[in-house]
Order: sequence, then structure tokens, then C-alpha cells
Amino acid sequence: MPSLIAKSPLDGKSLTMGGVTLAEAVPGPITSVAPFAGREAELSQALRSLGLSFPAPNTFNESSGDLIVWTGRDQAFLIGPLLEGLPAATTDQSDGWAALSVSGPDAAAALMRLIPLDLRVAAFPPGRAARAPLNHMAAVIWRDGEGFTLLVFRSMAQTAWHEIETAMKALAARAAVGA
Amino acid sequence: MRLNCPLCGPRDRREFYYYGSEDYLNRPAEGAAPQAWDDYLHLRDNPAGVTKDLWYHELGCASWLRVTRNTLTHEILATELVADLKREATA
Ligand SMILES: [Zn+2]
Repeated sequence: MPSLIAKSPLDGKSLTMGGVTLAEAVPGPITSVAPFAGREAELSQALRSLGLSFPAPNTFNESSGDLIVWTGRDQAFLIGPLLEGLPAATTDQSDGWAALSVSGPDAAAALMRLIPLDLRVAAFPPGRAARAPLNHMAAVIWRDGEGFTLLVFRSMAQTAWHEIETAMKALAARAAVGA
Repeated sequence: MRLNCPLCGPRDRREFYYYGSEDYLNRPAEGAAPQAWDDYLHLRDNPAGVTKDLWYHELGCASWLRVTRNTLTHEILATELVADLKREATA
């Protein structure tokens, strides 16, 4: 197959304001993995060869740069490796999503203006993930070190960026007036 | 109003799409009498009290839920995965 030039949804841009940095993330190929009924153990075995395990609801795990995140009932996104012949329904989702990294000390505060979950580290510690709305947009979110990685539909990339940037501005403005 | 999704935890009503009575889970068998299809498609109870209906977690895990709730008190009594109900029914 010819190798085409992939264009990322947000041109690799990034923005720092107050205690938050928003940047496009490039997580690598995304494969949706939905285990075939009764073959979950076989799938776990295959994932173990990568140091991964099929994630429980609201969790993710990673190993040497590969990551697998829960995205719904009996479904996860495998991000990084391409595996052939898994005992699961697999679809390539790579071009369907935009990935955003939100980091810095106020990352949770900015995102909690848009996502109706407690994202503070006590409630959303390392290893946690969720399916949740980012305002009106369907999103996948997981804790990435001190920050978060989010996936939104690629068609929503600019909207998601705008929403998060607006939340960052509001937070920075409050900090500026000492509120 | 909040629904406790068995997978995602307690979530706001706006994350869910309402589909109506759980009657839709009981599809008549092929060749059933026209009256059974009429019931299935059109006839619904309208209880003042406990009712069971279907909700879809569209901004969450994309699961169908059966919610047991009280239309008088707005109490949510149970939320279950339709997939689990079907699994139990066939097990
Ligand atoms: Zn859910």
C-alpha cells in the first residue's frame, strides 16, 4: 500500500496559559478491540505478550509506550501496536479521532468546567479512564501522569480546542484578579 | 436527575437518551398473532408508580440500561445492563 502523508487534525499546535498547557497529542494507531464472546481469556493472553491486559471499565494500562484504554461495554482502544488475528472484532480508528493533551497544575480545574466528573487526583488517580461528555461532545479521557489525554471525534477537534481554550482563559482571568 | 450506570457510575440525565418502556425487550416471536405485534408496537401502560424503561448511555459507555423508577417520587430504584438481562435469559 502506498504510504500517504498523514495530516493531524490540529497541526500539532499547543498553548500554555496560567497553569494549563493544551497541546495536540499524537498517540499512534488506534484500534478498537471488542472481544468475541467466550474468547476473553485468549485475548488477554495475546495482550500479555505486549505487557498489556484487557482493561476493566474506567481504567487503562500501558507498557513501553503501548496503551489500552476502556471505551465502553466489552470494548477498548489499543493505541500503538498493530496486532493481526486477535480473537476480537477489530477496526482501525486512527483517523477518526483527535487527541489532546491537557497538563499542568490546573489541568483538572480547566477540564472540570467542561466534563461533569471529579477529575482531581484523589478521585481520578493514575490508571483511571472514562467515557464522558466534554460539553456536548463524546470523549474518551484518561489520566496521563500529572495531566490528561482526551480523544474526541476528529470532526470535533477545533470545537474541543475552542472549548478548552475558553476554560483556560476563564481560569487565568480569575487568577489575574485574585479571585 | 441522575442515573447510576452500572459501568460508568452516577451520571447526569443529559448523558442518556430515553427510549421508552421495557416492552421493547419482549419482541414477539416470528409468526405471532397481529394482536401481539399491536401490543408490542403501540400499547403501553402509563403507571403512577413504579415503571421500567430503557435508556441509552450515549455520552458514556454506549450501553442500553433498564431503569426501574417511580414516576410519583422520581426515585431511581435500579439500573441494569440490558446485555446482562439478555445473558441471564439465555443462560
Ligand atoms: Zn455508562
